[in-house]
Amino acid sequence: MAVLAGGLSHEREVSLRSGRRLAAALRESGVDVREWDVDSSLVTQLRTDPPDAVVIALHGGEGENGSVQAVLELLDVPFVGTAAQACRRAWDKPTAKAELAGAGLDTPDWVALPHSTFRALGAQAVLDAMVDRLGLPLMLKPDQGGSALGAQVVTDRSEMPAAMVSCLAYSDTVLAERFVRGTEVAVTVVNDGPELRALPAVEIDARGGVYDYTARYTPGTVAFHCPARLDDATQARLAETALAAHRLLGLRDVSRMDAVVDEEGRVQVLEVNVSPGITETSLLPMAVRAAGMDLGRLYSALVERAIARSRFT
Amino acid sequence: MPQPATPPPPFDATPAGAGAAAAAAGASRPAVERFAARTAGMTASEIRALFAVASRPEVVSLAGGMPNLAALPLDELAAEVADLVAREGQVALQYGSAQGVPALREQICEVMALEGIRADPDDVVVTVGSQMALDLVTRIYCDPGDVVLAEGPSYVGALGSFAAYQARVVHVAMDEHGLVPDLLREALRSLAAEGITPKFLYTIPNFHNPAGVTLAVERRTEILEICASYGVAVVEDNPYGLLGFSGRTYPALRSFSRDVVYLGSFSKTFASGLRVGWALVPPAVRDRLVLAAESATLCPPSFTQMLVSRYLSAHDWRAQIKTYTEAYRERRDAMLDALATYLPEGCTWNVPDGGFYVWLTVPEGVDTKAMLPRAVTARVAYASGTGFYADGFGSRQLRLSYCYPPPERITEGVRRLAGVLEAELDVLRTFGSPARPAVGSGPQAPSPHTP
Repeated sequence: MAVLAGGLSHEREVSLRSGRRLAAALRESGVDVREWDVDSSLVTQLRTDPPDAVVIALHGGEGENGSVQAVLELLDVPFVGTAAQACRRAWDKPTAKAELAGAGLDTPDWVALPHSTFRALGAQAVLDAMVDRLGLPLMLKPDQGGSALGAQVVTDRSEMPAAMVSCLAYSDTVLAERFVRGTEVAVTVVNDGPELRALPAVEIDARGGVYDYTARYTPGTVAFHCPARLDDATQARLAETALAAHRLLGLRDVSRMDAVVDEEGRVQVLEVNVSPGITETSLLPMAVRAAGMDLGRLYSALVERAIARSRFT
Repeated sequence: MPQPATPPPPFDATPAGAGAAAAAAGASRPAVERFAARTAGMTASEIRALFAVASRPEVVSLAGGMPNLAALPLDELAAEVADLVAREGQVALQYGSAQGVPALREQICEVMALEGIRADPDDVVVTVGSQMALDLVTRIYCDPGDVVLAEGPSYVGALGSFAAYQARVVHVAMDEHGLVPDLLREALRSLAAEGITPKFLYTIPNFHNPAGVTLAVERRTEILEICASYGVAVVEDNPYGLLGFSGRTYPALRSFSRDVVYLGSFSKTFASGLRVGWALVPPAVRDRLVLAAESATLCPPSFTQMLVSRYLSAHDWRAQIKTYTEAYRERRDAMLDALATYLPEGCTWNVPDGGFYVWLTVPEGVDTKAMLPRAVTARVAYASGTGFYADGFGSRQLRLSYCYPPPERITEGVRRLAGVLEAELDVLRTFGSPARPAVGSGPQAPSPHTP
């Protein structure tokens, strides 16, 4: 089987690390694995030497927005993870948030606007309206993409223009979100058996800082607690919310919900990832370990399911 | 089959390599708290993540300073390597002298003679690239808090070394003729008023990285005199000196004064992967430098030194440098043509007469570091300017390298960059030219992509 990693997204480096880690874990479980850096030879390779199944360890861009998934579906190659159409929905943060909010899940109030709107309507007036509605501090992030690339906490109105310019360098549309104080958590959902299940929540303690790119990928800068230091009722609500979000967005096999448990104890969903990071500092492997499971065995089970699934369709 | 969910005891951990052990011990102290303060800047960064994309062939990377090795006679070198192992393997594969192979040190003196340096091989210390020489020199000169003077902008790898030893960098500006003597005097005067004597001036006099300028010959002795009058040592870093396009070779600062610490390299004139560089130092510095080198690596690799030595004695290395230089000149011309053709109004750049780099100033308001993701999306990469300053300046500048991509790729890269700048300017027109902080967090650890 093949692990797809790398590619040309901004998250290439993270993806290569995820791919290496995942491939090693699968090999330890006795699976014969190839690692493929995705480039223009992908389709030819898949046609001439098709693997039994593919695991997508791509982050950002084509690997998460459904493009690679659509190509795999086109070629009838079984793969672990969410189908193309649902990927597209989950990948676009404003779309996913609207679906979650529509179904009654809490997600921080937000507005997503493309550059053209600011240009057409006057930037300052729109920025003022955003701040008036969402308050300060607020989060600015590209509407697509992960690893917190381009994400910023804006604490003062005067910082908005510069933050917008930085954010728009990643994507043409910016998602502004109310900043929620509370306990930052990530909940992994897996479907490796008859029942979809949520793994223990990982609590992210950024120690007063922001869980930004540097904090995510510099080992030791952030403390993690798994299970999260939250009461049983909250833990149960987190699990229910993650399962509900997974089902609602039509996700498959594995996902990770990032959320904040706010000061009132509500679970505020920030986003749901179809291709969670699997690096040495990533949250999914921590949850897997805390659940007493093995990463390689988990993914080999998911691979078996993907192959079985393809036989029935 | 699903695995049973039989949770082990909860853990509080940082997921570093020792995460499991830390978890078992119930320790929640992040590993970062055990690191030395000097490693504070050695963290993951978005910029480094973006450079991972720049290594892909789809991206025109104008970021890296990788020499163009296409012109090397690989077959001849292969034969040389085979012969070296067959005939001298017992020596080449063994430990050697901490100071370096004596025959090579003699040859290094011949190379330096091209720039007017008369040196004794005993004063040459071979290092693993001149980067190591720079690291060792900083190690033996600088205590935490000591001040080092450097041109502004300066080589990112030097700033990384200075940061690693917790030295404070004070930049001195350049003009089109290099470091400005009056500004150097002014900097020294104002530091002296605070009771501070910098440990040394770090300078790249020829075809500067990243600024591309060359220190005017008439300024060279003046710079040395100014430093001498304030008791400040001079560290001359000269990896590009033999790569001039006009056929002119400039006299090294070291040719005027034996007190200068001179750093040289075969990375640009032969092969960067061999990692052979050197320091030529005054006798008073030499012994300490050799001991520092010994503690770092025991000895530089005998194998690569002996290969360089054979190359210098059996091959026409001067002709090879000429071949390199012609290729770089062609690439420089392609870049200058493309810049003039494509870039929007408000951009300015220098015309380098050698070396690898063009230093570009973009229109007011554009932050080249913030713009980099847009560039990577457009499949072009550059080195943003702030990395070349220790004090956060350089946000309006970027470095373009023309050394590696062939001319048509350079043209395409600049065309893409122009599109990126236009798009960024469009966003800036919408949001105004946002005020950005004038100072940043200083240099990041040196990246292999910005040598």
